Amino acid sequence: MKTFKYITLFAAISTSLLFVQCKDEDDNVIINATCNDGILNGEETGIDCGGTDCLPCGEVLDFSGTFIQEDQMGRPGINTVFGTTGFKDSFNVTVPSEMQAAFQSKFQTNLLALNPGYTTNALPNGGLDAATFTTVLSRDVLWLAQTGITTYFNGTEILTGRTLTDDVIDVSLLLIFGGPGGTDNPGLTSDGVPANDVAFSSTFPYMAGPF
Amino acid sequence: MKKSKFFAIIGGLAIATLSIVLISADHIDAPAVAGTKADITDFYAFQGTNSSNFVFAANVQGLLAPGAPTDQATFDETILIEFNIDHNNDLKEDIVIQAIKRGDSMYFFGPSAPAFSGSEGTKSTISTSTPYSVKISTRDDVQITDKNGMKFFAGPREDPFFFDFNKYNEILAGTATGFDNPGDDTFAGKNVLSVVIELPKSMLPNAIAGVNPYAPNTPIYNVWVETKRKQ
Repeated sequence: MKTFKYITLFAAISTSLLFVQCKDEDDNVIINATCNDGILNGEETGIDCGGTDCLPCGEVLDFSGTFIQEDQMGRPGINTVFGTTGFKDSFNVTVPSEMQAAFQSKFQTNLLALNPGYTTNALPNGGLDAATFTTVLSRDVLWLAQTGITTYFNGTEILTGRTLTDDVIDVSLLLIFGGPGGTDNPGLTSDGVPANDVAFSSTFPYMAGPF
Repeated sequence: MKKSKFFAIIGGLAIATLSIVLISADHIDAPAVAGTKADITDFYAFQGTNSSNFVFAANVQGLLAPGAPTDQATFDETILIEFNIDHNNDLKEDIVIQAIKRGDSMYFFGPSAPAFSGSEGTKSTISTSTPYSVKISTRDDVQITDKNGMKFFAGPREDPFFFDFNKYNEILAGTATGFDNPGDDTFAGKNVLSVVIELPKSMLPNAIAGVNPYAPNTPIYNVWVETKRKQ
């Protein structure tokens, strides 16, 4: 009898330790693992709801269903610049592994429409010819370095990520219009807007507050 | 020679104008998504101030006017925002982080392996893992969740994109021959809706080198963002 009582008490203590509340200082509810086990436990006032751990009862969260792609983006401005009417929508609903086969030749046509004088661009090692350049761009993913500086272009590092301060438009204009030396079409290789109108923060969430 | 090249360019631009609708970086990039709550305007991926972390940011619903009440700029409960990460350069997502609105909060799932990948990757179901959440911020009430080394934000931000887009369109239309210096930032004073995630790099599988010819020895991920609508 006494032993049984002791065990019960021990079990109760152990159980209460399992249900340490998961609400943080900012009042953000972090759903506890017990909140989806289908039984009334912890401080729940209903099955998997209420108390300090779970969402309020009556607020049923349904995350079910199938979701189908409507828009896609890797590098900045790819579909905007190289897509044309008739395939912009289909580009947005194509997966990256199938983009090159579907869109590279169309991108090349549009690159040469934008700059009929295109030969190569100012990327290192002789630049990229129209076919190679549009092959890279038609796979619309952003390269992100696992280690080191992440930037679209900072004067040294090339295509290792995209930070908020990167002047991606000037990089794109230069590679499309600047020719192998970056000196062709000088009026078209920079838009004259080198930075954002508001400074960014060095702390999360990095972007400036809204107007 | 120079002159003919110049006219060739202008001619080319004029032809392009007929078929290209331009709002950058990806703002209103295609007819089917323009103006919808699924329209991605920008995507950023970079090393955090803490160099052990990555930051992923997606902006949707561009060109929101200053002071726009939040009912003009709300996330949609039927739109899933999905960050995709490919670590072995086959252009197929290996890891996703999913974000979707419920009530007054944004819920985040992952990083975890997606249910569908590669050619089936246009389709998604939401992970059954326990989500993180953050209350959606307003201009004056900024909410950040900081949990298990991850940070989460969702809400309006100043549009970080900068571009003299109006001049670009004039060039394409043939009414201007080049940019001004200084130019005029078309996106100054505009807002977007942002979803921002910071997470330890250690939560991701290692990337591989040989992907980026300009950084051949650096391990590189392929990353992108998608919006998907509930069927």
